Amino acid sequence: MSYRIEIENLNAWFGKKQVLKGINMKILENAVTAIIGPSGCGKTTLIRCLNRMHEIVPGARVSGRVLLDEEDIYGEYIDPVTIRRRIGMIFQKPNPFPMMSIYDNVAAGLKLNGMKNKSMLDEIVEKSIKMADLWDEVKDDLNKSGASLSGGQQQRLCIARALAVEPEVMLMDEPCSALDPMATAKIETLIRMLAEDYTVVIVTHNMQQAARVSDFTAFLYLGELIEFGPTKDIFENPKSELTEKYITGEFG
Amino acid sequence: MKTEKKIPKFLSLLRSKLRTSPKKIYSYMRTHRFQILTGLIACNIFVILGGMVYKMLSQSWLSIETYGMGFLWGRVWEPTPPTPGVPPSFGALPLIWGTLVTSGIALLLGVPISLGIGLALSEFSPKRFNYLVSFFVELLAAIPSVIYGLWGIFVLIPFLQRYVYPSLQTVLGFIPIFQGEIHGPSILTAGIVLAIMIIPTVAAISRDVISAVPNAQREAIIALGATRWETSRVSISYARSGVIGAIILGLGRAVGETMAVTMVIGNSFNLFTSLFNPGYTLSSIIANEFREASTPPVYISALIEVGLILFVLALVINALARLIIWRTMKTVKGAEAV
Amino acid sequence: MNKYAFRKVKDRMMISLCYLALIVALIPLISILMETMIRGAPVINLGFLFQRIPPLGQPGGGIGPAIQGTLIVVGLASLIGVPVGIVSGIYLSEFRESKLALAARFLNDVLSNMPSIVIGIFCWTLIVVVIGWSVIAGAVALAIMMIPIVARTTEESMKLVPASIREAAIALGIPQWKTTMTVVLSGAKRGIATGILLSVARITGETAPLLLTILGSRFWFSGFTEPTAALPLTTFNFSQSAFSAIDWPKAWGASLILILMILGINVVVRYYTREKYG
Repeated sequence: MSYRIEIENLNAWFGKKQVLKGINMKILENAVTAIIGPSGCGKTTLIRCLNRMHEIVPGARVSGRVLLDEEDIYGEYIDPVTIRRRIGMIFQKPNPFPMMSIYDNVAAGLKLNGMKNKSMLDEIVEKSIKMADLWDEVKDDLNKSGASLSGGQQQRLCIARALAVEPEVMLMDEPCSALDPMATAKIETLIRMLAEDYTVVIVTHNMQQAARVSDFTAFLYLGELIEFGPTKDIFENPKSELTEKYITGEFG
Repeated sequence: MKTEKKIPKFLSLLRSKLRTSPKKIYSYMRTHRFQILTGLIACNIFVILGGMVYKMLSQSWLSIETYGMGFLWGRVWEPTPPTPGVPPSFGALPLIWGTLVTSGIALLLGVPISLGIGLALSEFSPKRFNYLVSFFVELLAAIPSVIYGLWGIFVLIPFLQRYVYPSLQTVLGFIPIFQGEIHGPSILTAGIVLAIMIIPTVAAISRDVISAVPNAQREAIIALGATRWETSRVSISYARSGVIGAIILGLGRAVGETMAVTMVIGNSFNLFTSLFNPGYTLSSIIANEFREASTPPVYISALIEVGLILFVLALVINALARLIIWRTMKTVKGAEAV
Repeated sequence: MNKYAFRKVKDRMMISLCYLALIVALIPLISILMETMIRGAPVINLGFLFQRIPPLGQPGGGIGPAIQGTLIVVGLASLIGVPVGIVSGIYLSEFRESKLALAARFLNDVLSNMPSIVIGIFCWTLIVVVIGWSVIAGAVALAIMMIPIVARTTEESMKLVPASIREAAIALGIPQWKTTMTVVLSGAKRGIATGILLSVARITGETAPLLLTILGSRFWFSGFTEPTAALPLTTFNFSQSAFSAIDWPKAWGASLILILMILGINVVVRYYTREKYG
């Protein structure tokens, strides 16, 4: 087992405010790593630094290194566009393109990369939707608008869309927080399945979800990485008192 | 005597219709004084528009009666025919043609530029730049039509005649619309001036609707590895109904524009086939001929009928723009309801 | 060239084209402003501003009556249009869901996009036919153009006043209508003033409706039921003159005054409503 992503001394700012302080972490491939912590601790910022989405906000800044397969994604000559192609992201609120059909949503990334061959597109679209466990529900009408699905279905559509471009890593920013328990359960199962082929990093404010779904857990507090290790250890034997307090719900 | 009997009858009819006593009506009016007073003033719009419809129709009736539907495809405009005893003829086809072609050129040239500006300001520029530049683009909108016309006559036309039109004819002369004698004041010149005049409108609205596209949509395509241009294409696609509405509003402006067109179009009543020909539009013939049109009475009536056509055209275009913008609001809200 | 490099090139190219479009649009603006200054400034002096308008082809003189005429017609139009517009706007904002408001709002929109020459025709049929070419007809025409704009901006400005302010006043026992007329209106006054000024700037430059109502003249104001001069009309007349050397510069001079008035109002308004960026 090797490390897909290595984070070295990562700092991040919004203007003058520093939101991440000296993060060092190694993310194992083909595993699910969860990032937990109270509101405002920097978890979303951390995950957005992994695919260079943090810097698109005016005034946002990053320092440090993030190695994807031993190459620093913040290297001097690296175009963020190429990084984002290799690292997929699922957002808190599902954001399918309402003006495109289900098919076109999933194919969006492929078409960006210049794929025009209809049969190839068909094949990959079907494969991705099946991987996202959405095929049976939409197979009869792929031409419906992307926005016509339920919340949980929309989120799985977004997952299909991200999977279609065959990323190496899947980042998920609280993917279930806008969904009902049944949709949440479906996505959690999906996450475990995805871990077999992809490296998954998931941000969640729901500790039980982290315990259910992840292999490794990182606990962030006020922009610092307090503790990181196998999920079992974090939840049953936390090393830091702060971690224990958070886990037991003393603050949140 | 008669009226005195009618009034009580009317009141009792009203009373039976409303099923309330005059006392209650009066009391309602008292408590809702503010609403009634302001509402009455707000009704001015009905009076104005209603008055316009009525007056335009009644004053053009003479012409409508005389020339019927044929007015719309008539090609002759002779208030005082050379041979005595021959009645005057009026037809609006060359005017409609002129309005459509000049507006068409305005859209062809103006819309791509406006969209480029809208994108540059909303997608590719920092906020400060956007704010400063938008100020100047909107300044373009504040320049009155007559000054566009003045500039058109004395600056644009000489420039086009010397540097642009001859080369244009050399390169594209094989196409019929670019053949024939080159006139400074011409359809093409009017189209160009109109294009410049609609840019601020279309650009400003496009910029606004594109800026209003939710960031979540942009982030979705950026996360898939899109370049800035590719991201802006998604934004335009999301906002396309608003953009179409903006274009139609620009069309409305072009169709109604009068002074600038009159000053650079050459004011020649003909069914032109070349863009280098002078021409006429619905609005410019009115501006040009109305003050001197005294006899015969059907002359003024014909000009007013031209105004009526313009009125209807503007109405239809505006209603279309409203409809499209209204429909955008619905689909966008549906998607955001999740 | 592989696909990715092609996309990068396309990205740069298309973005450059968009900025090019911006430059292309600003060129006429700069040209118009420059040419008006260069060609109009030499003609302007105190005499030009205050002397009477000479016949075409006669050297000397000025545009005094035109400036006076514009001020009078625009002033009268505002006197009619502003109150009507504001009250309409108040109704639209306070009773916005009512059927009347919905219809009025839609129709206001229709009227504000109406070609100005059509409004000129309407006022001709309504007023000129009865009392002849007159200042009143012109003022009414311009007022008709003002009303929908002022109504709209008034409505929008009042909508922006926070509900909490309204509620505070009502909680103090102030009746609804009084709240509107004092607290809300005062909160919206900046937006309303902006709307008024911008619509005044707009109608100052209008030529077409005046062409068919005040007719234009060379003489000083002689009564509300008489024709009069106005800056845009005088500009237009000079521009159509056959005496190029004498009259065309005057056209530029008149348009310089006109543009200074209009842009002056615009710049002042936008300066006072600018947002501050931290």
